[in-house]
Amino acid sequence: MARLLAVTIIVIAIVSAIPVIMHTWEAPADISTHGQMIDDQMADTMIEAGISFLAAQILLALFIWKSPSNKPGPEGKFKVFPGGAKGLIIASIVLVGVEVLALGAFGAKAWARVYFTPPAPDAMPIQAQAGQFAFYFRYPGKDGKFGPIHPELISEATQNLFGLDPEHDVEARDDLVAAELAIPVNKEIHLLMHAKDVNHSFYVPALRIHQDFVPGLDLSVHFTATKIGKYEIVCSQLCGLGHYNMRAYLEVMSPEDFDDWQKKQEAAQ
Amino acid sequence: MHDKPAISTAPAVVHGPPTTFISKHVFSLDHKVIGKQYYALALVAVLTGMVLSWLMRIHLGWGALAIPGLQALSPNGAPGGVMTPELYLRIMTMHATFMVFFVLTTAPFAAFGNYFLPIQVGAEDMPFPHFNMMSFWTTFIAFCVLVSAFFTSDGPPLSGWTAYAPLSAIGKDTGPGQGTGQVIWAAAIGIFCIGQLLGALNFISTVLDMRCKGMTMKRLPVTAWAWFITSCMGLTAFAVLMPACVLLILDHVAGTSFFIPSGLVINDQLVPHSGGAALLWQHLFWFFGHPEVYIAIVPGMGIVTHVLVTNMRRPMVSMKAILYSMWALAFLSYMVYGHHMFVSGMNPFSSLVFSFPTLMITIPSTVLVLIWIGSLYGSRIRINAASLFALGFISMFVTGGVSGFFLAQPSIDIMLHATYFVVGHFHMVMGVAAIFGIFSGTYFWFPKMTGRMMNDTLGKAHFWLTFVGTYCTFMPFHYLGWAANVRRYSAFTDDYLKPLIPLHQFITIAALFTGAVQLIFLYNLVHSLFRGPEAPANPWEGTSLEWIMPSPPPWNNFGGKDPVVYHDADQYGVKTASGADYIMQNSPEPSPTGC
Repeated sequence: MARLLAVTIIVIAIVSAIPVIMHTWEAPADISTHGQMIDDQMADTMIEAGISFLAAQILLALFIWKSPSNKPGPEGKFKVFPGGAKGLIIASIVLVGVEVLALGAFGAKAWARVYFTPPAPDAMPIQAQAGQFAFYFRYPGKDGKFGPIHPELISEATQNLFGLDPEHDVEARDDLVAAELAIPVNKEIHLLMHAKDVNHSFYVPALRIHQDFVPGLDLSVHFTATKIGKYEIVCSQLCGLGHYNMRAYLEVMSPEDFDDWQKKQEAAQ
Repeated sequence: MHDKPAISTAPAVVHGPPTTFISKHVFSLDHKVIGKQYYALALVAVLTGMVLSWLMRIHLGWGALAIPGLQALSPNGAPGGVMTPELYLRIMTMHATFMVFFVLTTAPFAAFGNYFLPIQVGAEDMPFPHFNMMSFWTTFIAFCVLVSAFFTSDGPPLSGWTAYAPLSAIGKDTGPGQGTGQVIWAAAIGIFCIGQLLGALNFISTVLDMRCKGMTMKRLPVTAWAWFITSCMGLTAFAVLMPACVLLILDHVAGTSFFIPSGLVINDQLVPHSGGAALLWQHLFWFFGHPEVYIAIVPGMGIVTHVLVTNMRRPMVSMKAILYSMWALAFLSYMVYGHHMFVSGMNPFSSLVFSFPTLMITIPSTVLVLIWIGSLYGSRIRINAASLFALGFISMFVTGGVSGFFLAQPSIDIMLHATYFVVGHFHMVMGVAAIFGIFSGTYFWFPKMTGRMMNDTLGKAHFWLTFVGTYCTFMPFHYLGWAANVRRYSAFTDDYLKPLIPLHQFITIAALFTGAVQLIFLYNLVHSLFRGPEAPANPWEGTSLEWIMPSPPPWNNFGGKDPVVYHDADQYGVKTASGADYIMQNSPEPSPTGC
């Protein structure tokens, strides 16, 4: 029975690894300037974790396989692991310790690329607002300034989704509000995030961007999309019964198409 | 070293024998009865949690399928038997709450720990038996309070077991169950914390003050160490979660704003709160939440080590390394909680500070795995249901552990946060591995706890089907996570998620199969309880003190005689005068290893 267990462990380990090696299920392809670093880090981690997983399972299976045939020596003692505990502890600290610290150091670079680099001065500011269960996006208009949000004026009934007061706030008069995030390709976007009610998240797998909306906190992310197309923005932070259905689209356009889109939005509002 | 002087007083007589049915079986002061009560509670909770998980999985695999009887149970939540998104989230919340609190905390720690810790240290009972009794009944009340959420007009909450504020703090306007249901949830968890704090205090003082003559700390069996370490973690972790729950309730009922900032708008109405911090809940919750992972798994590590040593008939290559590793895990568990919050809006520099200790956890974890595997080298292990589950635990712990490599790194968390990869990771390492520890402990200690043997053939069948079934269920979660499948969705309507539905259906079939297999265990448990062959005092030829007494033990454990200990619990593979290959801890026979 020990040998059956050894074989089962090996079979499970190999079968588990096959979809990973074959790339059977993968995230949407990256369309960002920073995503390659994240993908590389993921691939490196996959190799190191994969080797650790297979090595540990194979060793476990091997020793279980050999267990029934192990016999005591002349003094009635069974063989102990060569080098004893010291070798095992040193292997853990040196091999795994170095491995994970290296992963941590390289991973920190990728993290810094996303979070420690400030947005370029000419990055396009867009405000995203998340509320149960929709995203809305606001563009500052020609003056380049957002009108302030007045929470008491926020109303879906009157479609004042950002609580703007154009009567008193000059900056708010040319703000554009849209239900989709339209952006020009190869242009850095500085996304300012506002939570209307509870926690939400801005997760665009294709863009390799993931950031929670937290009520009361002014958070932002910045990114550059490199491929024209339509991509899904999903909420990943449980926000209520409609959480699964809270989504919007990221439309990456050519600069010309983006100008046309803006003009249409201005005309419509 | 059997002449080592005793370091503590002999066990005191802490209570008399039970005199009535109530004092013997209900409000018992006997740690063994309390241990069994905890086990029974965990069994009810795990069955409830498992049925809830079946409902979730059926819905995720075939969302439009009408589930027979569901409409009768929840007319509004399942019109025509088809689950609504809100019912899905309520079921998910309750499944996780039952499993994490009332199964993974109670069974390996409170149930087995209560039963065996005093015995293993050579005590007649715990030092505060009334607190111990209160600990169980407080936990039982917490369970009843939680279950009552099903029967209120508001229903159970839908904010998940993590109950992130302000969704969990504002009240009924944020969704069904978020009013009374959420308050009931917070009250239940707060009460649960009180029960566990009472238990942890008792466990710690039992180890420090109740050891019998000769039972030095060095001679404690590894399980006693595991429960001691877990108690130390529990004392700190539950002491933080309990006030957090009180603050959450106050936000609901007293108009405070601990977790609610100003300017929030729900249903076009300004929420009348200001000044709170939404992230405060996450900090408090995860300060408890990460140690909770180790509260669930460390007792399993102790049980698995104990079972393996007994069945390998020789000590681990280094028991010291195992103990230091468990302490290291406990210590590090308080320094890493921020890895649950990498993309939550915390200062991004903090993420790196939390990332490195998280990666360091890999080191003690690897030491544990390599010591277990290295100890198997050259040994001839006895194969039985308990040892199979112990070996299965190692395999599961490795699989769940390596996925931690990914989640410890903030850059990768950008892709994997809140996806099924996280679900796969914690189900493997905290769920399945811990439950394999519980199964291993059950098959190992059932004879002592009941005086009857379990059927080993059924136990082995249970192992094989569960081992394959759990891998088929939880391994694919990792693939879903790599494909950016967000968790806590009641349906997958996004274009990039639709191709993943067949994989969800496969998981559902595997989960139903694995759940059904547990009927073998239940049958074996119940049948053996009444019809199993009578158990000898020491069926596995163990060395620790639980095996020196009859099965089941008398109310006062050692029959009023104080045991004296001469060795540690690792005296296996030795030559003795009687021809046995082990020396029991209370045997004055000299040990060749001199321990």
